[in-house]
Amino acid sequence: MANRHEKVEKNVGLMIVLTLVAVSFGGLAEIVPLFWQQATTEPLKTLRPYTALELEGKDIYIREGCNVCHTQMVRPLRAETERYGPYSVAGEDVWEHPHVWGSKRTGPDLARVGQRYSDDWHRAHLRNPRDVVPESNMPGYPWLHETPVDWSDTETTLHVFKDMFGVPYTDEDIAEQMANIEGKWSEATEEDALVAYLQQLGTERTRR
Amino acid sequence: MSDFWSWYVIVIVALNIGGCAVLLWANRKMSASEAAKETTGHNFDGIEERNTPLPRWWLILFWLTLGFAIVYLVLYPGMGNYEGTLGWSSHKQWQEEVELVEARTAPLFAQYAAEPVEELIKYDEVMGVGARLFANNCAVCHGADARGARGYPNLTDDDWLYGGSPDAIKQTLVNGRQGMMPPMAAAIGGTDEAVSDMALYVASLSRPQLADDPAKAEAIARAKPKFAMCAACHGADGTGNQMMGAPNLTDNTWLYGNTLKDIEYAIRNGRAGKMPAQQDLLSPEQIHVLTAYVYGLSRNADNADGE
Repeated sequence: MANRHEKVEKNVGLMIVLTLVAVSFGGLAEIVPLFWQQATTEPLKTLRPYTALELEGKDIYIREGCNVCHTQMVRPLRAETERYGPYSVAGEDVWEHPHVWGSKRTGPDLARVGQRYSDDWHRAHLRNPRDVVPESNMPGYPWLHETPVDWSDTETTLHVFKDMFGVPYTDEDIAEQMANIEGKWSEATEEDALVAYLQQLGTERTRR
Repeated sequence: MSDFWSWYVIVIVALNIGGCAVLLWANRKMSASEAAKETTGHNFDGIEERNTPLPRWWLILFWLTLGFAIVYLVLYPGMGNYEGTLGWSSHKQWQEEVELVEARTAPLFAQYAAEPVEELIKYDEVMGVGARLFANNCAVCHGADARGARGYPNLTDDDWLYGGSPDAIKQTLVNGRQGMMPPMAAAIGGTDEAVSDMALYVASLSRPQLADDPAKAEAIARAKPKFAMCAACHGADGTGNQMMGAPNLTDNTWLYGNTLKDIEYAIRNGRAGKMPAQQDLLSPEQIHVLTAYVYGLSRNADNADGE
């Protein structure tokens, strides 16, 4: 009689199927249940969807690769909660598509940076970080305040988030955002958008 | 987690561990006919693959990992809703760390909180705690040495926008401050000349020698009556008003620079410096210690040399 495992080893089709079964165990146990858990699907009560300006700011955050050096994930460790604020929970990221948790901290975590510094500080810091933090090694982003926000995709984006990702925008919300784009944000620069995005980060958790 | 998902996870985890054990057990021995062969029959360029069983140490390690998994799942959460005999959770671990430090620092902070700020600045220990709080929370704007930067006040001098009493400093820390110099160009005439005249007048408050130049003296004289518009906040004599955070214009401290260009910019566009509120970020005791630290910066002897 041959070895029992020979059946698998000499039959590639069966081996592929069994390999897939074997590697799916982890995902089935650790990932699949999360799609139905209240803790991961229920937004925090204090959470509100992004305004159009913040949404564009987040796109700029991603475009400039801020998430490569900055995390947005405060871990449940005392040293971190002492420095940054309350640790991150799943409920604050329910409408994040994609999330920008990041995985490397060259700069500090930004999950709770909202309202910690003034708008002027952020502007000075984005143009040349050394002006306000002499030892900083962050690159400057001086072109952001000269570049107007590109609003061409915003309305589509808002509708996509509303219709396909369950972000609770109403049609009136979107109309209001579009009116703001025509109105108070018509002159907005990318720096304005990025600062607006940064200033709301974590405010759903840090305001008491 | 609902019961369904709890059991779903338990079944998958059990299947996984059980499946590994079955596989190992079923293949623990080679069949007698196979074991008799010297090689597997594979021959590559004269190199033959020998027919040997799995190494014993490897098998034993595999069994040990399965044993480890079972022990782990008894001690720690992993099986659905089962919490493990140790009752560990990341939240509890964090809670314990926080409480441990709380227990150590709370009596100290209580002791500090009971002392008035004027007394606290005499203790090096308290100033040390304050310095670390400052480095973590304030230095980003005011600088590690607290000497500030353009737009961010120097805290080591004796010049205060909103007052330098312990109460005023604490107020600043707790609620923050919002500067509110409005654009004034229109109010003083709106022309470029009116703005540059006014900038000269403001500069002359701290540099009277500017009036030695007759042309400038004329401009200063033109602007002087219009300064009434500014006097509501900065006072008729330009010495400022700490109730409103209006800076003293007659001294040589300039938050946004002392050139005529800087002053003109302020007149045209206003200034709105902002100190963010700290009450949601720091505990009242921490704010008390920070108040003492900032209060002490301009008073303690070792800082006096930097004036």
